[in-house]
Amino acid sequence: MSVATHDDIHAHDHHDHGPAKGFMRWVTTTNHKDIGTLYLITGLIMFFVGGAMALVIRAELFEPGLQYVDPHFFNQMTTLHALIMVFGAVMPAFAGLANWMIPMMIGAPDMALPRMNNWSFWLLPFAFVMLSSTLFMDGGAAAAGWTLYPPLVLQTGNALPFTVFTVHILGMSSIMAAINIIVTVFNMRAPGMTMMKLPLFVWTWVITAFLLIAVMPVFAGAVTMLLTDKYFGTSFFNAAGGGDPVLYQHLFWFFGHPEVYILILPSFGIISSIIPTFSRKPLFGYASMVYATASIGLLSFIVWAHHQYTVGMPLAGELYFTYATMLIAVPTGVKVFNWLATMWKGAMTFETPMLYAIAFVVLFTMGGFTGLMMSISPADLQYHDTYFIVAHFHYVLVPGAVFALFAATYYWLPKWTGHMYDEKLGKLHFWLTTISVNICFFPQHFVGLAGMPRRIPDYAVQFAEFNAMSSVGAFVFGFSQLIFAYVIYKAIKGGEKATSEVWEGAEAHGLEWHLPSPPPYHSWTEAPDQSLISELH
Amino acid sequence: MASTTKDAYYIPHKAQWPIFGSIGLSTLLAGFANYLNGASYGSTMMIVGLGVLITMLFGWFSTVINESESGIFNHQVDVSFRWGMAWFIFSEVMFFAAFFGALYYTRVLSVSWLAGDESFSLGTTKELLWKGFTGAWPTNGPGHVGGLEDGTFHPMGAWGLPALNTLILLSSGATVTWAHWGLLAENRAQLIKGLIATVILGFTFVFLQATEYHEAYTEMGLTLGTGIYGSTFFMLTGFHGLHVTIGAIFLTVVLFRSARGHFTAKHHFAFEAAAWYWHFVDVVWLGLFIFVYWL
Amino acid sequence: MKKTLQLLAGFWSVLWGVANAETGSGTGVGWGALNLPAGVTPDSHDIHDLHMTILWICVGIGILVYGILVYSLIHHRKSKGVVPATFHENTKLEIVWTIIPFLILIAMAIPATKVMIKVYDTSASDMTIKVTGYQWKWRYTYLDEGIDFFSSLDAKSNEARQLGSKIDPATVEHYLLNVDKPLVIPANKKIRILLTAADVLHAWWVPEFGWKKDAIPGFITDGWIKVEKPGIYRGQCAELCGRDHGFMPIVVVVKTEDEYKQWVAAEKAKQEVGKVDASKPLTLDELTAKGKEVYASNCAACHGAEGDGVPGVFPAIKGSKVALGPLADHLKLVLHGKAAMPAFKDQLNDVEIAAVVTYQRNGFGNKKGDSIQPADIQAYK
Ligand code: HEA
Ligand code: HEA
Ligand code: HEC
Ligand code: CUA
Ligand SMILES: [Cu+2]
Repeated sequence: MSVATHDDIHAHDHHDHGPAKGFMRWVTTTNHKDIGTLYLITGLIMFFVGGAMALVIRAELFEPGLQYVDPHFFNQMTTLHALIMVFGAVMPAFAGLANWMIPMMIGAPDMALPRMNNWSFWLLPFAFVMLSSTLFMDGGAAAAGWTLYPPLVLQTGNALPFTVFTVHILGMSSIMAAINIIVTVFNMRAPGMTMMKLPLFVWTWVITAFLLIAVMPVFAGAVTMLLTDKYFGTSFFNAAGGGDPVLYQHLFWFFGHPEVYILILPSFGIISSIIPTFSRKPLFGYASMVYATASIGLLSFIVWAHHQYTVGMPLAGELYFTYATMLIAVPTGVKVFNWLATMWKGAMTFETPMLYAIAFVVLFTMGGFTGLMMSISPADLQYHDTYFIVAHFHYVLVPGAVFALFAATYYWLPKWTGHMYDEKLGKLHFWLTTISVNICFFPQHFVGLAGMPRRIPDYAVQFAEFNAMSSVGAFVFGFSQLIFAYVIYKAIKGGEKATSEVWEGAEAHGLEWHLPSPPPYHSWTEAPDQSLISELH
Repeated sequence: MASTTKDAYYIPHKAQWPIFGSIGLSTLLAGFANYLNGASYGSTMMIVGLGVLITMLFGWFSTVINESESGIFNHQVDVSFRWGMAWFIFSEVMFFAAFFGALYYTRVLSVSWLAGDESFSLGTTKELLWKGFTGAWPTNGPGHVGGLEDGTFHPMGAWGLPALNTLILLSSGATVTWAHWGLLAENRAQLIKGLIATVILGFTFVFLQATEYHEAYTEMGLTLGTGIYGSTFFMLTGFHGLHVTIGAIFLTVVLFRSARGHFTAKHHFAFEAAAWYWHFVDVVWLGLFIFVYWL
Repeated sequence: MKKTLQLLAGFWSVLWGVANAETGSGTGVGWGALNLPAGVTPDSHDIHDLHMTILWICVGIGILVYGILVYSLIHHRKSKGVVPATFHENTKLEIVWTIIPFLILIAMAIPATKVMIKVYDTSASDMTIKVTGYQWKWRYTYLDEGIDFFSSLDAKSNEARQLGSKIDPATVEHYLLNVDKPLVIPANKKIRILLTAADVLHAWWVPEFGWKKDAIPGFITDGWIKVEKPGIYRGQCAELCGRDHGFMPIVVVVKTEDEYKQWVAAEKAKQEVGKVDASKPLTLDELTAKGKEVYASNCAACHGAEGDGVPGVFPAIKGSKVALGPLADHLKLVLHGKAAMPAFKDQLNDVEIAAVVTYQRNGFGNKKGDSIQPADIQAYK
């Protein structure tokens, strides 16, 4: 097979060679790299927006008493912080990486469905404008937490339908992106690139995409029911009519639990790319990594009610969900052990991507342990809805997913821009971030266990010290991210020229390192040589 | 570089339609939201948004149809489209799964919890909150939400119109397959006849469904607001009806294209996509017939 | 690298501290509030023990995993001139590290199952209390005694917690953890708690009792407690329930059986006295004075102490069309509620309703001038 692009097809050429100029280039682009860039930039901007909201939360929680915001506004911040971080920062950033890297990694010219790819991205800005605008509406934004539980969420003012439709648009965007990724991987691989040769980043994204297609529609359905309950008189979540607020929780978490793995599986893929490169060793246990990822994906569908141990499920339900959830520790453990075995007897160096990867392994595992503790239903009767949970999920999300994104950015930035980033600043960013993230989130374990509920704007005085510490950590963490933005800016503007390999020995770890830095507009217009593929490990 | 068009994977450039789609869709939805909030301009905004969205659909599909007819889609592109459609249908299946899940949950769990099932808090819910509620399905809940004056309502039986509709949809599945055989055998007359029959059956289904709704609203005390039975009934059959309508429009487009001489025995992705979609709609109906109307 | 090590050492020493803290009480102050309380009920002891077991197992696995990692980071680095090995699989090893975690999990699941079965066994209880969550207070109904009252945040905390109150929370005793009227129960009796809610989800949680449970409108969920030590135990609502979710504490006073009986008798006597004669007309002043009280404890949370409401969410009473409109509409709204506005017909008696409605029609500069009598309410009903 050979591949060609539109440029080669003169019969249908509208006199356009290469991208359009100026702003319209970005609006009408069908190029996987352009779209990847758009996604990544959106992710970064939304990270700052969501982070600014987190800082409002942490400022209010710096000391007991209400200092800055009304409790109702505080709840809006909690809700939007989470929605924006999850749907605006982390998911688009991963989609951006997928767009940039997957065609390059599998030897394809572009994504399989380029026009749809454009639409997947261009729905997002509209969705976020709609979501942000709810802050300025009568009654403010939704304030029922990112889980949007009824009946509380039905008390939202004018913002409710906008919030629901934002979810619909985001869902469409994610589903289209996921379909594109699956089709690209199934149909666009270069000859010789068998499924069991795919880089793990590609594998993890295929499974993530499957999760997305399976669960986003369920979330869309659930919020549709919220809308009809409020405006069209249905009784899905109303006991008098035979419905049940807990029904919403089941639907939400059927989506929500796989969703949290959507946020972590691509991170696993990134870490599995970075650790071998900087250990100068092949990834240990490739096949078991693939199977472990698939098992995590499958298990994620059957554990959702571990978020609802306190709703009064029958005993059998509690026990079933306990056992099923605990099982996830096994394949996740396999991953952790494989990473250790990859480092073992390697010849490691510690550039910024590797530092982040190591911190990921350490801190994600810590979040995994607390996850496991919470999966034990009787113990979760204490942990549930406390800061212990907040600590858990920030450990898996911030030094988990977000660190993986930092690692990926440093790892591939030279490839994208053609310039090495500033290693000194990278390391500074790493140390500030890693230390402050722990100052921010570690104390939350303590206040949680000692009895501080989550989603409260004010707290009893015995929690004051740890909260103050946490807030300080959050601010240091937040402002350290300005370094990150600056490093990216600097690398785009210029710097030491990067070779095509970028990292010593990287060529053995992926096809992307065989393309020049920066790569040509269309990645692999000609399928890569078979020998390149067979030499990969 | 590839030398011939045939073995090149076609990558379009300069997609202007998606941004139209985003503008149209968000205007439509923001308009709807404003309408729900009681704003006077809501419905105008909806109409404008819908107009843009429909223009976008026309534009986008025409572009793709022209590309397809000019022969620049090679086999690999065709496979991409097929995978894409298949996964799209899977996402639709999961959307319906949410509502079937709601039906299952309420019928089996929440209603029995309300009606005092011992496995939920030893049955105290009924004793303390909803005395006298038996929980027999169909129900509009212990509060008798909606329904006729006295809070009762008539459920929709299975063996009248719904059974007829089942027959109609099943035969339409057969006619579309027959049309496909015609296409494969290069028998265009059979293709067109088959499609016409399918489209007519499809719209007949929608018409009968509308008749059923009319009766439910005017005579049976069965509305969207009739407790959980009304909610699940109308949301499930309503979304299904919407999908039948979309499918029938899709088939109509395919019919017009067939009449214009589009499609060949080897190259007819759009036809197959429509047919798959139609079968999916069919299967959902069987689920509805069994779990909503019959059992 | 050294920094990582120090950091790790720091974590583990803190964890060690946690594990050895055995605080036994969640009311410890400042840096001491580190761990789950050991609690005062059988469930809470079981759960605390279970928590410590799984925590230690995780710490153990953590030491192993991080130990190997740190060893590798120190010894297998390029700067030491290591030549990288090339191995990339080992089936035996992979099987081992699949099976062993699995066995560890089984070892954790067994005690977990035992505890959960006990927690769920609400049968054979000595008494039953129904707890209903409201935005934002709790209602306690003693099903066997016929005692029934509301319990909301105490006035001092309430004053201090207002935005810009300038009151230092540290000067308020049990800031945010105190109520106007606590739940009173006897020690050493198995008490079944039935939970439900009037408006949105809430969750009833006293950490020292070991569990929390959601209160769901229209449904009953349950749990049980058997408190071993008389004392005062505090907790909070643990499910986001709107604006003042952070301000609906739970206080349970556990008395010896005798003291409890005395309390019940006194409570019943008070209820007799509290029954007002609804047929007696009241003056406008009496009504507004009483109404002001009722308003402060029932309405101000949403409509604001000055009747300004929260724009877009809770309408203002000041200049409200309803409060200045026909009485029937006003009464209908207060008695039966609408959307987020709760129905007060079961929460307030006729006198209180008459008073608060009069207050709303005449306070906040509304000056409607009519005085609504309890008899009017009865007539309306
Ligand atoms: C990236 C996101 C992410 C990830 C990866 C996880 C991973 C896990 N989570 Fe987490 N979780 C969230 C995000 C995530 N979670 C969020 C956002 C919430 C809160 C939502 C909300 O309410 O708002 C939440 C809440 C949450 C709850 C609900 C708590 C409550 O509300 O009461 C539970 C309960 O079981 C849980 C469990 C787990 C488990 C068992 C894992 C496991 O996958 C972890 C597995 C990993 C390990 C165990 C470590 C490595 C393993 C080894 C080294 C092997 C050996 C180990 C053993 C044998 C112990 N999570
Ligand atoms: C991927 C997801 C993700 C990420 C990355 C984060 C990141 C952070 N989160 Fe978030 N969080 C969630 C997901 C996430 N969170 C979820 C799901 C919830 C649950 C919500 C719910 O209960 O419904 C939650 C809830 C939550 C709470 C609990 C709120 C409550 O219960 O009331 C807190 C409190 O400390 C918090 C803090 C933080 C902090 C400090 C960060 C930091 O990492 C943020 C870093 C900060 C920055 C990046 C800021 C940088 C910005 C600047 C320096 C610019 C400043 C400039 C201007 C203002 C112009 N988060
Ligand atoms: C949980 C919050 C809450 C509490 C507590 C509450 N209200 Fe309301 N109230 C509302 C909401 C919300 C509305 C708007 C209802 C609607 O129109 O949808 C409202 C509306 C009203 C109105 C009509 C105002 C107007 O102009 O539309 C009056 C009068 C009123 N309440 C009286 C009371 C009284 C009296 C009390 C206390 C005994 C009370 N409310 C307690 C939430 C509350
Ligand atoms: Cu009641 Cu939170
Ligand atoms: Cu989960």
